[in-house]
Amino acid sequence: MSSTDQAVESHVHRDDIGSRMGMWLFLFTELLLFGGMFLLYSVYRFEYAEQFHIAAKELNIILGTFNTAVLLTSSLTMALSIVAIQRNQKTLSLLLQIITIFLALFFLVNKFFEWSAKFHHGIYPGSEELLSRSSGEILFFGLYYVMTGLHGIHVIVGMFLIAIMARMTRKDLITADNYVRLENIGLYWHLVDIIWIFLFPLFYLIT
Amino acid sequence: MSAEAATIKTNGHEPSYLEYKGKHTGILGWILSTDHKRIGILYLISLSFFFLVGVTFGFLMRLELLTPGRTIMDAQTYNSIFTLHGVIMIFLFVVPGIPAVFGNFALPLLIGAKDVAFPRINLISWYLYVFGGLLAVVAILLPGGPADTGWTFYIPYSVRTNTNVFFALSAAFVLGFSSILTGLNFVTTVHRMRAKGMSWFKMPLSVWSFYATAWVQVLATPIIGITLLLVIVERWLGVGIFDPALGGDPVLYQHLFWIYSHPAVYIMILPAMGIVSEVIPVFAHRTIFGYKFIAFSSIAIALFGSLVWAHHMFTAGMSDTGQFVFSLLTMLVAIPSAIKVFNWIATLYKGSIELEAPMLFALAFIFLFTIGGLTGVMQGILSIDIQVHDTSFIVAHFHYVMFGGTGFGFFAALHYWFPKMFGRMYNKKLAKFYFWMLFVGFNVLYFPMFVMGWLGMPRRYYDYLPEFQSYHVISTIGSWILVPAILLMAYNMYRSVFKGKVVTEKNVWGGETLDWITDTPPIHENFEQLPVVSTDPYQYKMNEEELIEEEVS
Amino acid sequence: MEKHDYYHEHSHGYGIYILVWLALMALTAITVTIAGMNIGRFTVATALVIASAKAYLVLTIFMHLRSESKAFKVFVFVALIFLIISFILLFADYSFH
Repeated sequence: MSSTDQAVESHVHRDDIGSRMGMWLFLFTELLLFGGMFLLYSVYRFEYAEQFHIAAKELNIILGTFNTAVLLTSSLTMALSIVAIQRNQKTLSLLLQIITIFLALFFLVNKFFEWSAKFHHGIYPGSEELLSRSSGEILFFGLYYVMTGLHGIHVIVGMFLIAIMARMTRKDLITADNYVRLENIGLYWHLVDIIWIFLFPLFYLIT
Repeated sequence: MSAEAATIKTNGHEPSYLEYKGKHTGILGWILSTDHKRIGILYLISLSFFFLVGVTFGFLMRLELLTPGRTIMDAQTYNSIFTLHGVIMIFLFVVPGIPAVFGNFALPLLIGAKDVAFPRINLISWYLYVFGGLLAVVAILLPGGPADTGWTFYIPYSVRTNTNVFFALSAAFVLGFSSILTGLNFVTTVHRMRAKGMSWFKMPLSVWSFYATAWVQVLATPIIGITLLLVIVERWLGVGIFDPALGGDPVLYQHLFWIYSHPAVYIMILPAMGIVSEVIPVFAHRTIFGYKFIAFSSIAIALFGSLVWAHHMFTAGMSDTGQFVFSLLTMLVAIPSAIKVFNWIATLYKGSIELEAPMLFALAFIFLFTIGGLTGVMQGILSIDIQVHDTSFIVAHFHYVMFGGTGFGFFAALHYWFPKMFGRMYNKKLAKFYFWMLFVGFNVLYFPMFVMGWLGMPRRYYDYLPEFQSYHVISTIGSWILVPAILLMAYNMYRSVFKGKVVTEKNVWGGETLDWITDTPPIHENFEQLPVVSTDPYQYKMNEEELIEEEVS
Repeated sequence: MEKHDYYHEHSHGYGIYILVWLALMALTAITVTIAGMNIGRFTVATALVIASAKAYLVLTIFMHLRSESKAFKVFVFVALIFLIISFILLFADYSFH
C-alpha cells in the first residue's frame, strides 16, 4: 500500500510485513469463500454418495490431471520469479512471470474445452438432459459448474494481476528491495493453486 | 496510560483534521480522503441516513399493526417493508455501525497510530458500503418491487418470488465485502501499528473488542457471501444447489446462512461491549475491574459465537443430536457475556458516578442487553424454543440485543466521542431528556412483544387475532415515543456540529486513553509525536485513594 | 515484534522450489494412480490426505509460511480451525439424520 505520491495524503509508511499480513487475511476470506462450497459439497456427497460416484465418471480424468500439472507448474514459475527478483535478475523474473500467465491461459483453454464437451452432451444447468437425472447428479454438476467456474474467475483475475506485476517489474517499480507486491500476488496465485489441489480429487477422482 | 506518561507537546498551531488541506479541497477533500477520521465521519453521515430510512420503515410497520387487518398498507407492501427494515438495519446499520464509524475514528487514536494499516482500502470499503446501500434501496423504485423474503432470504421462497430479490442479495454481498475490508484493516492495524510500549495487555478494552470483531468479520462473512452468491446463481441460471425441485436441501441453506449470521450477531454486539468498557471507567472514575477477564471474554465470545449458529434452526428439521449439541453450545456463549456484565457492575461499585449522556446510554446498554441476553438463553432451551420460535418473542429478544444493546452502544459512543470529532459539544440537557424518552419508548415498544409472543403472536404477520390488539396498541404507542426521541437526537447532533459550544480542551471527559491526549479535534496526523506508553490503561486516582483508605482502616 | 531484516528471510535458492514442484507432481501421479485402483471406502480419504500433503507443501514453501513470524502461523491455524469446526458441527447434525 505504499506509493510516494500518496504519502502525504494517506500518511503511509512502508511496512512489508503488515502488507503481507493484510494479504494473508484476505486469502482467508478466499479460503472460506470456497470453504462454504466445500461444506455444501461434503453434505451433498454424504447424502448422495452413490449418485456423485456415477456423475464423476463423466468427467475427463486425463484433462483434469493435465490441468493440475499445468497449475502446479505455474505456481513454481511464480515462486521462482520472486527468487529471481530477490537476486536482482530482472529479465529472468519477468520471463518467469510471463510464463506463469501463459500457463494460466493454458489452464483456461483446457477448462473451456472441458466445459464445451459437457455442454455438447447436454449437461449444463437447467438442461433437460440434466434435469431428467437423479437429484445427486443434478447437484454434482451444479457444484461442478459453480466451483470450477468461480475458480476459473480467480484464475482470470490472477492473470490480470500478474500482468500488472510484469509491467511494474519492467518499469522498475518492483525491484530487489521492494517486491512485496509481487510477493502478495504470488500468495494469491498459490492459494488459487491450493483450491484446485482440493477441487481436482473431489470432482475427478471419486469414481 | 496517563497523559503525563506520553511524550507529547503541541504548539496548537497545526490545523485540525477538519480544516486540513490536502491534495483535494472541498467535498473532494472528504470523499477522496484516506484519513481514518474523515472516513469515520463519512460513515457516520451515510449510516445515519440509512438508519433513519430503517426507522421510517419500522415506524410504518408499527402503524400498520395498530389494528387487525388493513390499516395503512396492503399485505404485499408490508412484506416488502419488513424485509427492507431488516436488510437496512442489519446490513447497513447494526453490522457496520460501531466498527465503521467509531472503530475508524477512534481505533488509531486509541492505539497511538497515525492511521489504519491500509488507508486506501479503508476508503474503498466506504464506497462499497454506499454502493451496497444504494443497491438495497434502489429496488423500491423498480417494477417488481423490493424483496419480500425477510432479511434471511430463506430457500425456496427466495428463488421463486418475482420481486427484486437480486438487489437485496447483491447488496448484502457487497456490504459483506466492505465489512471484510474493514476487518482485515483492523486486524493488521492492531498487530502492526500500536504505539511503542503498548503491549497487548496495555490496549484499551474497546481495541480488544474491535480486534475480536475484525476476526469474525474476516472469517465468517465470506461464507454468507458465497451463500448469497449461490442463491443469485440459482435464480438466474437454474443451477441446482439449494432448491428442492433441483434436488437441493433448503435446510442446508439455513445452515450456511447462520454460520455467518449468528457470528454476525457478535460482530454487532462486541464493539458495543467495547464502548461500554471504555465509557464506564471514565464516568465512574475507577479503574476497570477485571481487565483481563473482559479482554479474554471478547475473544471467547468471538470463538463460542461462531459455534452456535444452528440454534436458529431448532424447528427446521435437524437431527436430535444436532439439536442437543447446538443447545449446549448456546448456553456456553452466555458465560463470557455474563463475565463482562459482572465486571462492569463491579467497576461501578464504589465509583463516583457522573451521569453524563454517554454514561446513561452505557448503563441502559447493560440493563437492556441483560434482558435481551437472558431471553436468548431461554430460547437456547429446546422446549422453550419450540414454543416461541417465529413469534414476536424472538422479535423482542433481538431488538433488546441489537437496538437496546448495539443501538444504545452506538449512541453512547456518539455522545462520548462527539466533542472529539467536531470540537463542539452537543446540548447536554437535551441529550439527557431524549435519553429518557428513548429508554421509556424502547421498553414500551418492545416489551409487549415478549408477552404477545409468549401467548402465540407470530412474527412477520400482517394480520392478527383481536385478542392481541391491546399489546399491539401499546407497542405502537411506544414507537410514537421512540421515533421523536431519535429525531431529537438527530437534531441535536446536526445542530451541534455547526452551532454547538466550542470545545478546545484535549481531555473532555477525563479519560485515560490515548485518544484524549490528542488535540480536540485531532490534527491530520493525530499525534505530533507518536506517544510512548508505559502504564496500564484506566489508571484512575480513585483507586489509589481507596487503597490508602483501606490501609488506614 | 518482528525484528529481523525482512529481505534476508525469504531467500531460499531455486533448488528447493524445484524439489517441491517435483514432489507435487509425484503426489499428483500417485493420487491419480490410487484413484484407478479399487480400494472402496478409502478412496476419498486417501485422496484428501494426499491433497492435504500437497497443500501443506505449497503453504510452507511456495507461500513462505515456514519463514514467516509466529503470528502468521497462528493466523493460518485459526482460519483452518474455524473451517474444520464448521465441518464438524455441520456433521453433528447431518450424520444423525
